[in-house]
Amino acid sequence: MNPVNAIELCDITKTFNDIPANNKVCLQIRWGEILSLLGENGSGKTTLMNILAGIYFPDSGTVYINGNEVTIRSPKDAYDLGIGMIHQHFKLVDNMTAAENIVLGLKGKGRLDRKAISAKVREIGEKYGFNVNPDKKIYDMSVSEKQTVEIIKVLYRGANILILDEPTAVLTAQEAEKLFDVLKNMRDDGKAIIIITHKLQEVMAVSDRVAVLRKGEYAGTVNTKEATVQSLTEMMVGRTVSLNIERPEPVDPVPRMVVKGITSYNEEGYKILDNVSFTAYGGEILGIAGISGCGQKELLEGIAGIYPVTPDSSVEYYPDDTGKATELVGKRPMQIRKLGVALSFVPEDRLGMGLVGSMDITDNMMLRSYLKGKLGFTDRNPPKKLAENVVEQLNVVTPGITTPVSKLSGGNVQKVLVGREIAAAPKVLMTAYAVRGLDINTSYTIYSLLNEQKKAGVAVIYVGEDLDVLLELCDRILVLCGGKVSGIVDGRSATKEQIGLMMTSLGEEVKK
Amino acid sequence: MTDIINFLFAAVLAACPLLLGTLGETLTEKSGNLNLGVEGMMFMGGIAGLAGSYYYERSAAEPAAWVSVTIALVCAFLCAALGAFIYSVLTITLRANQNVTGLALTIFGAGFGNFFGEFIGNSTGGYVSVSQATKAGFNDPLFPFLSNIPVVGKLLFSYNFMVYLSLAIAIFMWYFLACTRKGLNLRAVGERHASADAAGINVTLYKYLATCIGGGITGLGGLYIVMNSSNGVGGVWVHNCIGGYGWLSVALVIFATWHPARAILCALAFGTLSVMRFYFPSRIIPISLYEILPYLATVIVLITVSLRKKRENQPPASLGLAYFREDR
Repeated sequence: MNPVNAIELCDITKTFNDIPANNKVCLQIRWGEILSLLGENGSGKTTLMNILAGIYFPDSGTVYINGNEVTIRSPKDAYDLGIGMIHQHFKLVDNMTAAENIVLGLKGKGRLDRKAISAKVREIGEKYGFNVNPDKKIYDMSVSEKQTVEIIKVLYRGANILILDEPTAVLTAQEAEKLFDVLKNMRDDGKAIIIITHKLQEVMAVSDRVAVLRKGEYAGTVNTKEATVQSLTEMMVGRTVSLNIERPEPVDPVPRMVVKGITSYNEEGYKILDNVSFTAYGGEILGIAGISGCGQKELLEGIAGIYPVTPDSSVEYYPDDTGKATELVGKRPMQIRKLGVALSFVPEDRLGMGLVGSMDITDNMMLRSYLKGKLGFTDRNPPKKLAENVVEQLNVVTPGITTPVSKLSGGNVQKVLVGREIAAAPKVLMTAYAVRGLDINTSYTIYSLLNEQKKAGVAVIYVGEDLDVLLELCDRILVLCGGKVSGIVDGRSATKEQIGLMMTSLGEEVKK
Repeated sequence: MTDIINFLFAAVLAACPLLLGTLGETLTEKSGNLNLGVEGMMFMGGIAGLAGSYYYERSAAEPAAWVSVTIALVCAFLCAALGAFIYSVLTITLRANQNVTGLALTIFGAGFGNFFGEFIGNSTGGYVSVSQATKAGFNDPLFPFLSNIPVVGKLLFSYNFMVYLSLAIAIFMWYFLACTRKGLNLRAVGERHASADAAGINVTLYKYLATCIGGGITGLGGLYIVMNSSNGVGGVWVHNCIGGYGWLSVALVIFATWHPARAILCALAFGTLSVMRFYFPSRIIPISLYEILPYLATVIVLITVSLRKKRENQPPASLGLAYFREDR
């Protein structure tokens, strides 16, 4: 028996500032299935789903729910039609409790009956296997708890079509596993579920069918059983891509940066970095692996002079092969820059520490060169040229170089940032989670950019979370565990299991 | 003893317009709108109420005091709400800067009030004044039979109806925000527009209603200042009569940390400080120092509140921001 389509989208078009985000997209979602929506960054997945959720109104096209044509003008209309969306950036009110967030905007008795609401929230939780405290404030919650609240919120409203926008981007592997179990429960309950994700492994594991968008257009739907990671990637990108990361042999490695005994305490006085030492060589990529929050962020920021480290730590920078070193510890970022240290840093927090969201691409390029003008005036021409070059060479999708970077999609923001940092001709390039939230194609672009830098003799430091990528890309991998170096292994011979073990226990213990 | 009772009595009377202004602005700010036009809306409410009452008495053959009072209340509320409505159109629909719009409303309202106050006065030859009956309606105790009880009578039951009205508004508003669905929705709007919108709340409607009703309530505060005769002149238009009470109200909202019930105590504290110099004159402390006290208290409270950083005492998170659903 062929189940009725829960949703049918026909020829949906939506344009932002004359740039089409969706162009005549058609899509069907059936009851009782999990559909993965796949596409590169900026291919219009979120826009399309926001149209279903009533956030955006399409320029043209029709939406059918259960075979009936409908018009969705607001999120309220969407709820009335049984559509609930869990947004990538949660739409919760921080200083209200879970229960209050869940009943927000609902009709009912004028007076809030908090006890009855809490009871119903618990009941939904038990039905699908959630664990949530309805009286806990959102600001006290972890990311996965917040997500649970969002899911209960849509279920409480009787939604039977659920849309999840990158639900696992912020979850640990175990939390994601739990979420998938819940989703499968809901699917077996007859609900229609759409999930947007970049992680192809998850697509293969959880979904029944996969729909692919490419540059705002519909590229087709396939059954997950008949698809492979390779075939899906090709559908997304529109051409054959090699999923192998290149790893040239390091040529003539010379020490560029020698880190000795870097130690740091965080605000609570807890030792976040404990005697970390390593050497970064020009012409190689040094990977840094570890469970998140093990000091990766503090290590890079400590080297860059942004995070305080103890005075007996030492970071020596070797600009050339003469063996003359510059000590970076104890200097502020501006002093480091004035010393002519060619150190580039792609921080984890792109729009906070890396770029200024409300400024355009040129101005963001200028953040590195604003001191170069004369008589207190800035010289805008070089940064403008640089902006044009970066946009052209890295295929940044943007209406122009005068667009504020916050309006770009995540992948394009990252390209702008990486482009700027590479253009500074670094001797040492540090990147933190450079491909987080990026689609597979953009990720590979970033990998090849890093490889180019490596070939040019730069010492690249790559902090990553995906062990497969670390093992394919890096020459050596430093494993952190609780702020200490658990060991440094060779990227060509190490195994995933070995690194996994080192991430959870220190080197000495492994030997025993 | 009598002195202290008289002092507290005067403090409550002085606190009443502040409380109304604070409550109106609290409601407004709960929707995420920072309306700095309270002073202007008080002017608008004050003159509209006075004019409504005055023209009713001139046109009616036998004006009844209660009709006159009601007309004054309705006119004051509507005129101030109109001011808030202009503000709403500019800031909510056209997404103009809230601070600038609010300041403009203050300047506009002050001009509006003074212009019409003097215009009506001039056209009737001298000054505009409502009848003794209407004045009495605004100033006589609401519970005359209870006000003769010693001490308690004067302290609790001898106030005019506006005082009890403002208390009732405060308590109702507290209940509304804390215990009702609509109140919860309104708080959500002020905290995060996008979240409220995604939850199916009509953000624009809530913002308009909260701002206009809040403006209307501040207008009642303006009317109170105009009609109150505890300072000797009531029921007439005095040039620049609002005299900064609107601004004090804006500060009081922060003082009361956006809590309507707490606003009662805060307004009372400010009322006390503002009448202190009449009851405890000092040869050493100059009057101007006394006049500083309310503002000094505001500064101290602002510092303490921001030092404590308790999540519940923070301003609505979206205060001052415009919202457009399709913004990216």
